[in-house]
Amino acid sequence: MNLQVAMLLGQSGITSGAVYALLALAILLVFSVTRILLIPQGEFVSFAALTMAAMQEGRPVRLGWLLGALCLAAVAMDLIASVRARRRPAVSRPTLWLCAWAAAATALSMLLPLAALGHAVQALVTIALIVPLGPLLYRVCFQPVAAAHALVLLVISIAAHVALVGIALFIFGPEGARTEPFSDAVFTVGPALIQSQTLWVVAVSALLVGLLYVGFERHLYGKALRATAVDRLGAELVGISPDLAGRVSLAVAAFIGALSGVLIAPIITIYFDSGFIISLKGFVGALIGGLASYPLAALGALVVGQAESFATFWASAYKEVIVFTLLIPVLLWRSLARTGVEDEE
Amino acid sequence: MRRLSLAAAAIAAVGVAPLLLTPFQVTLANNIGIAALVTLGLVLLTGIAGLTSFGQAAFVGIGAYAAAYLATVVELPPALAWLGGSPWGGLALGLALALAVAVVLGAVTFRLAGHYLPLGTIAWGLAIAFLFGTADSLGGYTGLSGIPVLSLFGVRFDSGGRLLWLIWAVLLAALLVTANLLDSRQGRAIRALKGGQLMARSMGIDVVRAKMAAFLIAAAFAAIAGWLYAYTQRFVSPAPFSLGAGIEYLFMALIGGAASIWGAVVGAAVFILSKEWLQDLLPHLAGRTGNFEAVVFGLLVIVLMQHMPDGIASAVRRAARRARRPRPPSPAAGDTAAPLPMRAKPRPGEVILDARGITRRFGGLLANDDVSLSVRAGEVLAVIGPNGAGKSTLFNQLSGVDRPTAGTIVFRGQLAAGSSPRAMARHGLARTFQHVRLLPELTVLENAAIGAHLRGRKGLVAAMLRLDRREEAQLLAEARRQLARVGLAARCDDRAGSLPLGQQRLLEIARAVAADPCLLLLDEPAAGLRFEEKQELAGLIDRLRCDGMAVLLVEHDMDFVMGLADRVFVMDFGREIAHGRPADVQADPAVLEAYLGADA
Repeated sequence: MNLQVAMLLGQSGITSGAVYALLALAILLVFSVTRILLIPQGEFVSFAALTMAAMQEGRPVRLGWLLGALCLAAVAMDLIASVRARRRPAVSRPTLWLCAWAAAATALSMLLPLAALGHAVQALVTIALIVPLGPLLYRVCFQPVAAAHALVLLVISIAAHVALVGIALFIFGPEGARTEPFSDAVFTVGPALIQSQTLWVVAVSALLVGLLYVGFERHLYGKALRATAVDRLGAELVGISPDLAGRVSLAVAAFIGALSGVLIAPIITIYFDSGFIISLKGFVGALIGGLASYPLAALGALVVGQAESFATFWASAYKEVIVFTLLIPVLLWRSLARTGVEDEE
Repeated sequence: MRRLSLAAAAIAAVGVAPLLLTPFQVTLANNIGIAALVTLGLVLLTGIAGLTSFGQAAFVGIGAYAAAYLATVVELPPALAWLGGSPWGGLALGLALALAVAVVLGAVTFRLAGHYLPLGTIAWGLAIAFLFGTADSLGGYTGLSGIPVLSLFGVRFDSGGRLLWLIWAVLLAALLVTANLLDSRQGRAIRALKGGQLMARSMGIDVVRAKMAAFLIAAAFAAIAGWLYAYTQRFVSPAPFSLGAGIEYLFMALIGGAASIWGAVVGAAVFILSKEWLQDLLPHLAGRTGNFEAVVFGLLVIVLMQHMPDGIASAVRRAARRARRPRPPSPAAGDTAAPLPMRAKPRPGEVILDARGITRRFGGLLANDDVSLSVRAGEVLAVIGPNGAGKSTLFNQLSGVDRPTAGTIVFRGQLAAGSSPRAMARHGLARTFQHVRLLPELTVLENAAIGAHLRGRKGLVAAMLRLDRREEAQLLAEARRQLARVGLAARCDDRAGSLPLGQQRLLEIARAVAADPCLLLLDEPAAGLRFEEKQELAGLIDRLRCDGMAVLLVEHDMDFVMGLADRVFVMDFGREIAHGRPADVQADPAVLEAYLGADA
């Protein structure tokens, strides 16, 4: 390996590492607010990438069907819940807002001549379509059992992932897709060639990481969100709605996932089931950070990106094995650093 | 009797099945049997121990590939050559590899919180599946074919029907040893994991070891299933051992009901039959081929988790329990059992626990400030104080849950500050919990027997093969004796969750006393009890004292304490404010001020 190859691999590692870092932060955010390990985080990524690819190729965007089905389920669950509570049958306001948003985004995706409009519009419509998926998933899958054991939440999370992958096959088909890069420009810095897509990914990721940091460490609303994870009942008593916190965190997660999908789609070919592996690398990053620390999680994800990139060079067939085996020493280290046994819940 | 007739029925059903079923149905039955064996391990792991693995398919793969590799590869590496050719060699290699992987995964995750194991198994399951697909010696994505017909003890398993006998015989044996295990000291240790780790550790259970036991058994069942799979299909490829398959096994366990071992069979059968049916039906509905049954199963599991988290088998069992009349109490078979050996008892009046200068800081907060107290054999010491006085902090340090910032604790002549709850239990400390920590699904007798955990010796294998019956009878007899002591003899066979709170507290004391302790720590034992229940409890504590036990109780209820305690230790703001006989303490101005305010 010479310096040039190393620079190239490093660059590719930074690009994917930045995306994994975004996903690690989203996973951590959802976990720390709701105790859900959001396995379907990767589906936001693949859905966004495939939706954007469909737009560019002028194929119909069919994500609206999924949104519609989820909206119907949410409305039905709201009605049943209100009847069970012996109230007048009613649909909650957040559900109505979500339905309105989903309808508007779907209408845009159907009516606009998206193939002819630029990247920016395509990306915006894609993100607008993906974001309501998060809160809708929360309402339909998680909200009825939000106080249940973490194991139940994990099982629902994985079941939702399995269902979404099957739905993705139906909506997007088995073919892979890659979108056009935002720009083809290549910069030469010393011995290295730097692709502008890399700069895009790194810049957007850094911006988002900064925003998340400010939002959660400094802003009152971020603190309120975190309070619900520590003590649901306590947070409710001081006026923080855990359901709202859950929906908001899932919306942020879906937003981050959609953005990651838009960023990564020009770099790697995405299939209907690619999201899982991508998000799992985010999970590895988040686990390195102990599912608690945002900076450590981001750092962990960057390490994963580098490990993957260099593993591709040395032992390409074993790259996934190497990345996931990376988890073992990390777990060992965390395990040894701990004196007692962690109690559940 | 019920067990025997059930076993006879199962053996008869398996015996005639190949004669009655079509070849296609035999194939389905074989698939169900293999899947049920994997699922049984998951039931033990998920439903009973409260752990989860998404990676069971990887263990199946290890078992299958080990069998296929030894059976088909002509030039084996020298280290493995001696195993080649024999199916037993394949089984041994598969088990050894699966158990080794499980030990590593368990060792790195079991000390961490509950979500690390499932995430670790996801990553590991993916990595193993990739490995099967990329390793040239394992045939890459085309796999290994040409596995010969299985031949054991001269019997050739060359037809679906004969394989059915083998597979279901193995499954029934696995069900039997699992049932045996659950009905033993080691099984209770695994089941205690679900009651919160603090409870298990306070009873002297090695939590990491119990988790490891469940995980290893699950891995072993999966590896055996893989061995059966390889000789049934006579061909292995990476796909059936992917992470997706691992998730399917978990779905089977959840659909069937992760809390009952029969749920494994029900879940595997329901899953495989409905998958078969959906794969025929759905492409017609959807108008094209695809993995649509995954959508159905995904949604089904979500709905199931929301409405019936215990699965089908458990729901059926609960309904049956409601319908059935209460069983007559089981005969006290254990009464003939020889009593368990008891620890050497301290002399009356001997100092059991001596705490000196206990100080505990949480950041800037001084929760305990230079607290000193001691308890003697045959006396009741009550620690009282208003809310926030630091009683619970003190209790945690005395019971080994928390470590003092400064100060020493001497328990039976040994330094004990900061040792683990398990070590304290071994030295003769037993405790109850402020919020009752019982296993509501287990019987009263089983709950009490958990307390006697440290008084048994028999291991997992003995439990699975029923070589532990003599010791088990002794443990149950001891539990029964202690239940009689607290007045619960009539309720031995009831579910612990069906007792009213007062009796649950008595059961916790019976469980604690079953450990043959010399010091009993009671954390607010009278909280939430009615007047008669309190009197009953006071009578019980008095009897324990007369038998030479040292009792330390933390309590709010003044009347309860004053009538019972030999000495009272009053705390406020983390410090001792009074200490002495109840009557003296009651008249102490500092105590009056703490409880009633300065003007009293």
